[in-house]
Amino acid sequence: MKKPALTLAILLMLVALVLLLSVRYGSETLSFADLHRALQPADSHYFALVEYRLPRILLALLVGAALALSGVLVQGVIGNPLASPEILGVNHAAGLMSIGALMLFPGLSVMWLPLLAFIGALLAFALLRLAAGNSAPLRLALLGIALTALYASITDYLMLSHPLEINQALMWLTGSLWGRGWAFVYVALPWLLLLLPLSLLLCRPLDLLALGEEQATTLGINVRHAQQLILLLALALAAISVALCGPLSFIGLLAPHLTRRLVGGRHHWLIPGAMLIGALLLLLADLLARTLHPPLELPAGVLTAIIGAPYFFWLLMRTR
Amino acid sequence: MMPLILTGLSAGYTNKPVLQSLSLALPAGRITALLGPNGCGKSTLLRCCARLLTPQGGEVLLGNEDLASLSARQLGQRLALLPQQHLVPEGVSVQELVGYGRSPWLNLFGRMGTLDRQRVQAAMEQTQIAQLATQQVCKLSGGQRQRAFLAMALAQDTPLLLLDEPTTWLDINHQIELMALLRERQQQGRTVVAVLHDLNQASRYCDHLVLMSAGCVVASGTPEQVMTPALLQQVFAIKAEVHPDPVSGRPMCIVL
Repeated sequence: MKKPALTLAILLMLVALVLLLSVRYGSETLSFADLHRALQPADSHYFALVEYRLPRILLALLVGAALALSGVLVQGVIGNPLASPEILGVNHAAGLMSIGALMLFPGLSVMWLPLLAFIGALLAFALLRLAAGNSAPLRLALLGIALTALYASITDYLMLSHPLEINQALMWLTGSLWGRGWAFVYVALPWLLLLLPLSLLLCRPLDLLALGEEQATTLGINVRHAQQLILLLALALAAISVALCGPLSFIGLLAPHLTRRLVGGRHHWLIPGAMLIGALLLLLADLLARTLHPPLELPAGVLTAIIGAPYFFWLLMRTR
Repeated sequence: MMPLILTGLSAGYTNKPVLQSLSLALPAGRITALLGPNGCGKSTLLRCCARLLTPQGGEVLLGNEDLASLSARQLGQRLALLPQQHLVPEGVSVQELVGYGRSPWLNLFGRMGTLDRQRVQAAMEQTQIAQLATQQVCKLSGGQRQRAFLAMALAQDTPLLLLDEPTTWLDINHQIELMALLRERQQQGRTVVAVLHDLNQASRYCDHLVLMSAGCVVASGTPEQVMTPALLQQVFAIKAEVHPDPVSGRPMCIVL
């Protein structure tokens, strides 16, 4: 068996293991016997397991994978392993949109936030395209960073000037899987089932883009088209993720980076590997979020940042 | 066999025209060297031949096809380029890199067939890197990398092969091997165009020389026609004598 294939197999087993732990542990610990019984609607644990725990676990799996894939795609186009979907401004625009709506309509139900976030993310993308035109990816990234700072500063201003209304929004802005039911899974699933296989068709253009734009051109790739398509896919994935769970930092940056060290730079290994690691990270973050301080729950977004930051410190120390 | 014909070609960068209505015919099935001092436009010319730079005017014909009319994939089936510098991807083996050369010939899913594998193996053997097949490209030396990228261009199996200063990173023995490889390609009926720095190397190993200066073609012809003291004086501002090389009989310049 090839080494990357072995790595993927191990990752798959780890994901299965963490899935199992996620199902068992939470504010209440369920034994395997409990689990079996809890699948019957009459059981006292039925609600906790089937209506509460299962959908959020599935969502963590899907969103973790989507964020990681989005990161692989953005890094492949920008040609920098430290790029991530966040630098395109999608997350912050989604946040700004949600905060703004909560300010304008104080009684707004939280159920509207995902839709608003999605619209915000799409607007950010449209604005980025409009401003950058058909320019090279590096310019796009710089522009994205500038717009991100703009969105963040407006968000901060709104939050400071309207301190009373922001509690809800603040919960959402840290990124969390709390209270995400089956409805969220049903929204996420068709999109991801469409976008994930599509990304596997982009393996070859992504591999060739890693050789530089010129070499990719002479190897028969329409570089501008490929870059646009890949970025569009990355943005769609990031927008869906941020709409469902709020901005979860670091997964889109960390998962592809870690995977590249494990399985190398070929995208037919990198893409599935990063998706597994992304899912693993978010499942772990959510598991910790639920079990560290029951019944109190931490936002998973805080935990992904806590896992993410030391990784980069470690990396920095190693590469000096 | 496909000649490369440039007519009225103007090209350059914003506010900085490099080539102005340049016309040139590069013979089919021959090795052509582009020569000239730094900044004379030879790399710009090569980039136009690879459609990496869109001409502001004029056209580039490969055989009887306008380069601008080809699809991205067709372009990859017509020409291969060995650039001067390479971006070396992490975690890619030599065999995989050489396999990338087959990309324009593969379908959407990118499965390689028997023929593709044979071409990859042959290209690695010709460039003597077959024993490095499973090594990571990013861990190779400069010369080995250059040969790996050359193997990729050979595996691409195109009628036109473009090379930008291909001998720069190579030891003398590998330089000679490279020129011999280009000769082998030429004998299979391919058109080869290379930017070269070493005048004597170009004269000895190439069929056709193009001497450029300040964005214009000063001379284009056989080594005997182009390697003359007067032209060398005009283009490089050097005083040189030209004598037949005692081994090959090709013109050889000796700077005074």
